[in-house]
Amino acid sequence: MEINLTAIYILWLREMKRFFRSWSRMVSMLMMPLFFLIFLGFGFKGAFFPGVGYTKDYIHFLVPGVIGMTLISTSIMAGLSVLWDREFGFLKEIMVAPVTRVSIVIGRIVGGMTTSLIQAILILIISIGMGFTFYNFSSFLLTVLIMILISSGFIGLGLIFASIMRDIQGFGLITQMIIMPLMFLSGAIFPLTNLPRLLRYVSYLDPLTYGVEGLRRALVGFSFLPFWLDFLVLVSFSAFSIILGSYLFEKSEV
Amino acid sequence: MAAISVENLTKVFNGLRAVDGISFEVKEGELFGLLGPNGAGKTTTLNMLATLIRPTSGKAFVSGFDVWKEKNKVRKSIGMVFQEPALDNYLTGRENLEFHGMMYGLSRREAKERVKEALKIVELEEFADKLVETYSGGMKRRLEIARALVHQPKILFLDEPTLGLDAQTRRRIWDYIKKLNKERGVTIILTTHYMEEADFLAQRVAIIDYGKIVALDDPENLKNLLGGDVISVEVDNPRNAKKVFEELPWVKKLNHENGIFYLQVEKGEEKIPLLIKIDDKKAGFKIKSINLRKPTLEDVFLHFTGRTIREREASQAERFKERARIHRR
Repeated sequence: MEINLTAIYILWLREMKRFFRSWSRMVSMLMMPLFFLIFLGFGFKGAFFPGVGYTKDYIHFLVPGVIGMTLISTSIMAGLSVLWDREFGFLKEIMVAPVTRVSIVIGRIVGGMTTSLIQAILILIISIGMGFTFYNFSSFLLTVLIMILISSGFIGLGLIFASIMRDIQGFGLITQMIIMPLMFLSGAIFPLTNLPRLLRYVSYLDPLTYGVEGLRRALVGFSFLPFWLDFLVLVSFSAFSIILGSYLFEKSEV
Repeated sequence: MAAISVENLTKVFNGLRAVDGISFEVKEGELFGLLGPNGAGKTTTLNMLATLIRPTSGKAFVSGFDVWKEKNKVRKSIGMVFQEPALDNYLTGRENLEFHGMMYGLSRREAKERVKEALKIVELEEFADKLVETYSGGMKRRLEIARALVHQPKILFLDEPTLGLDAQTRRRIWDYIKKLNKERGVTIILTTHYMEEADFLAQRVAIIDYGKIVALDDPENLKNLLGGDVISVEVDNPRNAKKVFEELPWVKKLNHENGIFYLQVEKGEEKIPLLIKIDDKKAGFKIKSINLRKPTLEDVFLHFTGRTIREREASQAERFKERARIHRR
């Protein structure tokens, strides 16, 4: 299978131009994680509840979670943006170009990943302003690696949804039925150890659980699950969803 | 070698034969029209030729490349303008075109040059650096035509190029299309459901209905098939008039409805004076009005399908809605 680097670059560049031109879109995407960060972060400042005690304070527990939230919503939306291209016809222009479908998928993933990471890092910078400190600065690279895994996995998931839905009708549904539950189940804003046993088992099915855990380990040096498990699950999830998403995209006709 | 050759091409959607075993050839440098109502299978045909959808069966070669096996080569040799705009609204006109050029393997510098040239052809240089969002419908269509030219394809596919545009813009787009074909020798295949568009632009027209080609020839020949012009004559005494008209040697066919006679004749403009010379008193009727009509492709469509294109459109829309409803369940 041939890969066209120029095509990937072009699709990435397009994503960048669109992203930096529509500040309103970025602001609205960042609104929710920012609310969580600011209101929960300040609201529960100094509060103690079981499970949080291992980290310095609640905000150090919360920040990796909010970053996970940012990544899941921006990434799923990036994958779903195929639907917007289909709606506005631009998808046809891409599909009729003499480049392989694989290149198109890779271009999309790389573009979505970049915008998603930019937003996650923005949140990280804001939280540093709120008093968040790194456990170990060299762990920043590890953080980025985990961000990439989370992001690519959920972009793939977005692509899968985009192929199944075919039109933008179900857009809101995805936010309500997928992003919100996955977010709350992941232990992003409270320790999973506080959940009833049944819900805790369910949360182990949520790939974001491992993402948030991995981020927490990299950023504040603490997690409930072993790091190798987080890493393994994230790599498998990312590989699985990208392969299935690409396959479905390739099969789809305009 | 033919620019496009199609043999028994068929596409079945949910049991509906959208394109039903059509065959035709487009010569190099030709401006070829596919004329038919909405839902007749024109866009599906074009999409199959552009490798956007896979045919159910049949063969098709574009620029000598097989649409089944040599998709990338086919894509590289064609430029396509879709029925609905396929632009990125959040990019400028120039960016849309430059991205396109690079997707087709041009270097950045080449792309920039060709884009400049293409924008000049459609007279959009002035607006090139504005976001496409701000363009009017006509400007978008022109930009898309320019985009399809950036990689200098030998063959251009235009799917309803003037759909929804006002008369003035339509005229302008017609001019561009003619110019491209004449001056640059681009082979053009266009679909349309506007009779006058097919008549004005196409050197040969394939009339397509319910997925089948019902007639294929140059527009003049198609119209001549109908046996010439129609003169309609309104009279005050149909009974007497009928006797007279029936005896005119140059009337090839006579129809009569509500006091109006329809005379099928050749060179209608020369027959009107002859009608006027008929002696009222001797013939026993008076002519109230005369109207000469040259046949249009609309009449050709009517002749081959038994309905006007507008009637057909209404019924085909119904058919598709019905299908969609069944399918959704």
